[in-house]
This record gives sequence, C-alpha cells and structure tokens, in this order.
Amino acid sequence: MAEFTLPKNSKITAGKHFPAKGAKNTRTFKIYRWTPDDGKNPRTDTYEVDLDTCGPMVLDALLKIKNEIDSTLSLRRSCREGICGSCAMNIQGTNTLACTRSIEECGSGTISIYPLPHMPVVKDLVPDLTHFYAQFASIKPWIRTQSPAPADKERLQSPEDRKKLDGLYECILCACCSTSCPSYWWNGDRYLGPAILLQAYRWIVDSRDEDTGNRLEDLEDPFKLYRCHTIMNCARTCPKGLNPAKAIAEIKKLIVQRRGV
Amino acid sequence: MSKDLRNPLARARGLGSAKDGVHHWMLQRVTAIALVFLTVWFLVMVLGLLHADYATARATVAKPWNAVLLIAFVVTAFRHAVLGLQVVIEDYVHTRWLEVGSLIVIKFIAVLAALMGVLAVLRIALGS
Repeated sequence: MAEFTLPKNSKITAGKHFPAKGAKNTRTFKIYRWTPDDGKNPRTDTYEVDLDTCGPMVLDALLKIKNEIDSTLSLRRSCREGICGSCAMNIQGTNTLACTRSIEECGSGTISIYPLPHMPVVKDLVPDLTHFYAQFASIKPWIRTQSPAPADKERLQSPEDRKKLDGLYECILCACCSTSCPSYWWNGDRYLGPAILLQAYRWIVDSRDEDTGNRLEDLEDPFKLYRCHTIMNCARTCPKGLNPAKAIAEIKKLIVQRRGV
Repeated sequence: MSKDLRNPLARARGLGSAKDGVHHWMLQRVTAIALVFLTVWFLVMVLGLLHADYATARATVAKPWNAVLLIAFVVTAFRHAVLGLQVVIEDYVHTRWLEVGSLIVIKFIAVLAALMGVLAVLRIALGS
C-alpha cells in the first residue's frame, strides 16, 4: 500500500537551537537535517538569523547560516537567480527556489525548510534526483528528424511556431512540480511526472521535430502519462510560473486526435 | 539487500510503453458525460415516485423509455465505477497480489451487479 506515515527511522526529532546573540532584527529558520553518517533519525535545527546583515532571499539566509553559524548544513545552489534550479526545496510547505523566494514573502513567524518531498535524501536539503534525471533522459529530449539537416543553414521555424514553445522552454528542471505531485509520490517509479511530461510536450510541439508519432506512442501508457489526475499542484508550485498540467492535457488531446474518439 | 547495479536509465525506461491507456481515459470521460444526463433523469424519475404505491412504481419502470434509460444508467454507472476504482487501486495498492486480486474482484462484482440490475428491469418491463 501507499505509505501515509513515516517509517520509524524517518521520524523527525527536535534538534539544536542556534541563537543570534546581540542581533535586534532576527528571523528563525527551522531546517531539516539528516546525515547518512551517524545512523540517527532526521532532526530539525532552528537558527536565528540577523536580518540586518543578511540578503533578502531565503537562499541568502541559508548561505549565511552555512558560512557563519553552522558549516555542516548541506544544500545545492549555483546561479542564485532562478535559472539553474539547484536550490529547489520545500519552504513554508511549498516547493520553490530558495534564491527567488524572499524572506519577506514567507509571512511572519518561523520559516520551515525541508528537502523536496518524497525523494530519497542524500544529506540535509540535498535530494537524490537520479531517477528524475533518468526519466528525463528516457524521453530522448533532443530534436529527432528524418530529413537530412540543411547543408548551409539551420532548420527554420516561423515566429508563430516558435511562440508555441513559450511557457515550455523556460522549464529549468528544478523538480519542484514533480515532487509536489501526489501521483508522482505514489507512482514515481513509473509515472514520468509533470516536469518530464512538460519537457516531452516541448519536443512534441516543436515544429522542427519529425518524431511526434513515436513520442506520443512512447508516452501512451497508463502509468507514464495517465497517472496525471489533474491535481494541479504542479502549476501551483512552479517557481517559473509555468503550467505543466496544461502541457499534459495537450499530450492527452493529441493522443485522442490521432486515433479518434 | 544488494545494491541495484542497473543503470538508472534502465530503471526509468522499465518495461516500456504499454501503448494503451487512451481507451480507458476516453471511456471514463464518455461515460461521465452520459451519467450527467442519466443521473439527472434517474433522480427526477425516482423523486416523482415519492409516496407512490408499489403498482405505480412497477408500472413506471415498465414503460419502454424508462426501462431503456434505466438499463443504460445501470450499465454506464457500473462501467464508470470500475474505471474509477481501477485507477484508485493502481494508485494506492502496491502489493502486487493484492493489486491484481482487487482489480479482478471489482470487475467481477461490477459485472454481476450490472447483470442483476438489468435482469430486474427486464423482468418488470417484459412483465414476468
């Protein structure tokens, strides 16, 4: 059965508290901590951060904690401007990017930060995304053509056809949507999830691609595609404001179109 | 447990595409549309029988159009219910024998229940 309670060794215990001595304007961050090295259950450590000496974003606070308070905290980050997707995590109950979510946006009170839900944890806020990336590779996310490449120029695309990629090409594969999807939680081993299906549609709708039929055939599967029950968490959580659920609906429509009602 | 040494891509590709699923998806929606109308009609008919005696109820069911729509309602409702239950079981039941077992059992129950409903209407409509 689907598991609705945490296994014994995943129960979260209360951890250490790190006060900010002498600071006037502080904010408390409650952060999930787990390390594979000590055999202990995960815990939540609380850190008081001096906002007067901290940048405006949640990522700024996390890096301040790592640099100045507790260097054992692990997290992924790279571009700090919402384009690499590394710092995807669950902040105040919503999957988002730590670098584009401001501390101010998080309301008042303690800010809770957990890794992306329902993924194996490597350490602290670092989830294991191996399967997610393998699923991405499985849809062969590159242009597939029958016709030979034009000898002296690129494959052309009309401005209208290029417009069809808007709302799709912006996806940075941060996995916020897939890890917010209950269907992906329960059946992520087989269901491709919103991020990968949006990427699949990005190639299906690309006017330069010539393998639409095979792409649709590979997707038509009760688990790969039809586990989407239009729960819409994906569209709600996407830090780039995209709508993976709509892309999935378009794939379903095309599959109906090719066989008739 | 020994470590899974397969390449992650092999695991992600799994058994490949079933090249099926649209039929289930389409049928679920078509039966849903049918049920919108059939359920409204059914409720109107049943509410119209409030305070009616047994003979009146029997006579109402026996009317040809009522009998036809009732059979359509029974068959469509059970077909739709099985499609929905199948998805719920596939979503949540991950013990293989229990999953396969319940998928078969709900189909048996639905077919039997639908046949019972159809037979009941036919007996009244054909007056035996």
